[in-house]
Amino acid sequence: MEHLPILIPLPLLAASLVVPLAGLWAPRAVFPLSVAAIALSAAMSALALAEVVAEGEALRYTLGGWAPPIGIEYVVDHVSAFVAAVITSVALMVVVAARRAAAREAAGRRGLFYALVLLLLAGLTGMVVTGDLFNVFVFMEISSLAAYALVSLGGRAGMFAAYRYLILGTVGGSFYLLGVAFLYFTTGTLNIADTARLLAETEPNISVAVGAAFIFAGLGVKMALIPLHLWLPDAYTFAPSSVNSLIAPIMTKVGAYVMVRMFLSVFPEGYLTEEVPVSQALIALGLAGSVYGAYAAMGQRDLRRMLAYSSVSQLGLLAVGIGIATPLGLAAALLHVMNHALMKGALFLVAMSMRMGAGVSDVRMLAGVGRRMPVTSSVFAVGAVAMVGIPPTAGFFSKWYLSIAAIDEGLWFVLAVVLASSLLSAVYLFRVIERLYLAPAPVIAGGADDGSESDAAASAQDGGVRESPLDVTLPMALLALAAIVLGVLNVVVMERVLEPGL
Amino acid sequence: MGEVISSPLPFLVVLAPLIVAAAAPMLGRWPNAREGVSIAGALATLGLVAALLPDALEGKAATASLVELSPGIEVTLRADAAGMLFALLASFLWVLAAVYSIGYMRGLEEQKQSRFYAAFALSVGAALGVAFAANLLTFVLFYELLTLFTYPLVVHRETPEAVRAGRKYLAYTLTGGLALIGAAAWLAMLGVDASFRAGGFLGEQRWWTDGQLWALFFLLVGGVGVKAAVMPMHSWLPAAMVAPTPVSALLHAVAVVKAGVFGMVRVLIFVFGADLLRDMGAWQVIAAASGATLILASFLALRHDNLKRRLAYSTISHLSYIVLGVALLGPLALTGALLHMVGHGVTKITLFFCAGAIHVRTHRDQVSGMAGIGRQMPITMGAFALASLSMVGIPPFILFTSKWYLGWGAAEVGQQAFLILYMVSGVLSAAYLFPIVIRAFGERSPAFPRFGEADARMVVPIASGE
Repeated sequence: MEHLPILIPLPLLAASLVVPLAGLWAPRAVFPLSVAAIALSAAMSALALAEVVAEGEALRYTLGGWAPPIGIEYVVDHVSAFVAAVITSVALMVVVAARRAAAREAAGRRGLFYALVLLLLAGLTGMVVTGDLFNVFVFMEISSLAAYALVSLGGRAGMFAAYRYLILGTVGGSFYLLGVAFLYFTTGTLNIADTARLLAETEPNISVAVGAAFIFAGLGVKMALIPLHLWLPDAYTFAPSSVNSLIAPIMTKVGAYVMVRMFLSVFPEGYLTEEVPVSQALIALGLAGSVYGAYAAMGQRDLRRMLAYSSVSQLGLLAVGIGIATPLGLAAALLHVMNHALMKGALFLVAMSMRMGAGVSDVRMLAGVGRRMPVTSSVFAVGAVAMVGIPPTAGFFSKWYLSIAAIDEGLWFVLAVVLASSLLSAVYLFRVIERLYLAPAPVIAGGADDGSESDAAASAQDGGVRESPLDVTLPMALLALAAIVLGVLNVVVMERVLEPGL
Repeated sequence: MGEVISSPLPFLVVLAPLIVAAAAPMLGRWPNAREGVSIAGALATLGLVAALLPDALEGKAATASLVELSPGIEVTLRADAAGMLFALLASFLWVLAAVYSIGYMRGLEEQKQSRFYAAFALSVGAALGVAFAANLLTFVLFYELLTLFTYPLVVHRETPEAVRAGRKYLAYTLTGGLALIGAAAWLAMLGVDASFRAGGFLGEQRWWTDGQLWALFFLLVGGVGVKAAVMPMHSWLPAAMVAPTPVSALLHAVAVVKAGVFGMVRVLIFVFGADLLRDMGAWQVIAAASGATLILASFLALRHDNLKRRLAYSTISHLSYIVLGVALLGPLALTGALLHMVGHGVTKITLFFCAGAIHVRTHRDQVSGMAGIGRQMPITMGAFALASLSMVGIPPFILFTSKWYLGWGAAEVGQQAFLILYMVSGVLSAAYLFPIVIRAFGERSPAFPRFGEADARMVVPIASGE
């Protein structure tokens, strides 16, 4: 399997060309084709992960057989295999669950819709497996352009959100490209391994410093690091629900992954901490983001917007982990990439399911939904508990390692803020749980059902609120379950995958 | 700690309530089966705990190690002597509470009973996990789960008041949990083996400076102090009184606050150790806080006319008996504290069951409305009277014995002042409990309708409580 690295993005890229054609002649084949492509890519990622873990060294692949400094190299090491496996499997769950929502929201344009989804995923997986700085930019633009188009499907508000996202996202992409150009001045190469070697040999100079600043500013936009997050709340709120549940869990994570990659395999060790204060900036902005995001989430009425601000908060924690920059800090950040992808995937699918089943996404309108939509609501409860970080859910352990990494560096205020932000997230998440389960159900007709445990009488007067079908609830239940199981088994992930890779 | 033997039993003890919790919602349509499972599960749990007893009495600690949670730190359950005491108490009272709940919940036709039984079983399971936790991370895990699982019980009534109480409960206990997590992360970062050990593990390690030691002290003691309702961290407990009475019994007698004081024992004796606390002078901090709580809460109990609130403040006061007993760091006082933990559990559950029985039969919650009720419900109020006598500390009841040890222990370490505190508080207990009994039996209210005795399903647990 020497071709394994390229086989992760390739099925997605190929399918994105086939699917629009299928949309014209055989619309029924679009969905199975797309799912098959994503499943294939997920299987390849899993295979690559297994192989990397077994071999203990990275898989390298040169595109077209051209040797690295000239040709493009694809590298799958522990970290990239891990991230690729996470995003492809979460994407698989989400795309399956979002079938009905997508059929409604992209009616008549299904072929194009799924082509965009596949392009988005191809771009993201490409960013993860490539070993070339410029190639990262290319894949980043592919995924971003697909994302702008998908967000714009969300009606008039979606178009505005997409426009804003487009402007800010393009600025971010350009910054990244500029930064890479500055590095190129010094090194004359775009290959990551080559760049790392040459940067380690050269004296620190202003061109490299400016390059680092531009690169991180650009990536900061992509991962919605405060104050560069302004595109995110609108994009997540007004995008069609089949789109935001796909974008929210994985898109920003890949930005974070590229940041980790910069620390790990581009800049010499200590450079981003001592020569250029990138670490310090990431920690400061991350902490500010984690508190601000949670604070802003408290005031939101729209469930999706609340979750969007919650993402800003969680991505802040991720940035803190990257900023700490010790192997444990980076491991905590990468573990959080996985945990947050699982939790946010589940929670945005809940929001989608509630929009479909109950027709609302206003938190205040969710009274009594807990009984009508038991699976969806319990997934929300599990996701919320994981997000707050109660052991033994996955969310606890990213905060646990983050805390340990922070204390290790003597960053006590980081520990305090991390703990405080999980209290803040408890405030906004339990507010929703209270609504779902404890607020009296609105009386549609007849008396409220008091104490009777039979749902038969109740469902007659529930105003049409009913549980989503199995193909929606099963994937999101699996994501929630994974958030618990992978929490309990986090040591396996840490010791087998992340620690050897860092 | 004596010999350590490997055994799956501690794990099964924690698992049994989970099975009940899983079965309860599935049997929602057949209440008899559901409640049968609940009682059977409680009995099975008690049996499993009892099966651990012979080894524990011989000084062997049955230990079960499960999955590794963080590199080098496993979830380990160990049935040592202190843990066994708490586990026996919790599982025994669960049997009583399981029987009582049926009478109470059916009597009031409460809503969502399946959720109630499931959450109740989960809470007991988490409490048993707290009892058997052999290291700090395991303790934190179950301590947090206990918070989470009791939340649905606190908000069970789903009234705005219950929701407010639930928020308060979460705010207090989650904050306490975070303090514990912070401390646990700190120790994990240092690679300190945070396994509980009699005599403490910090004393022999000496990696710390004084400032670090105090920080750790406040994080850990503050974390468990919230659930032990030491003032000023107590106000969630009276607020949580809106929950159904079996839940109050769970909070006060079986699981939550007992997990707090038990945590205090673990932190003070098994993490810091008596010698270290004496060197630090830290015990005075706890003794002062719990001594003040002891007296203040007794006075506050006097002021409340609502029976359950009065009992809540009584609990706060009695918890501080225990905390103070631990903080005195003498062997006699510690014995007294552990005895008091058990005795208070049994006694307070009786009082709450009585309050609940009165509520079910008469829908009266105010002490002033209970004149002459003893003639209607002789068994209930008889049990109430006995429990009150015990609470005040009259021989031959268990709380006399524990107070005797506590007082003796205080004198032993030369702290006669605390001996006096214990005595004053005993008098105050009499002052807030006896009037209820006297009024119930002595006065006759002409307008008092006939209620009759409570359901047998509630009487039996009450009577057996003493």
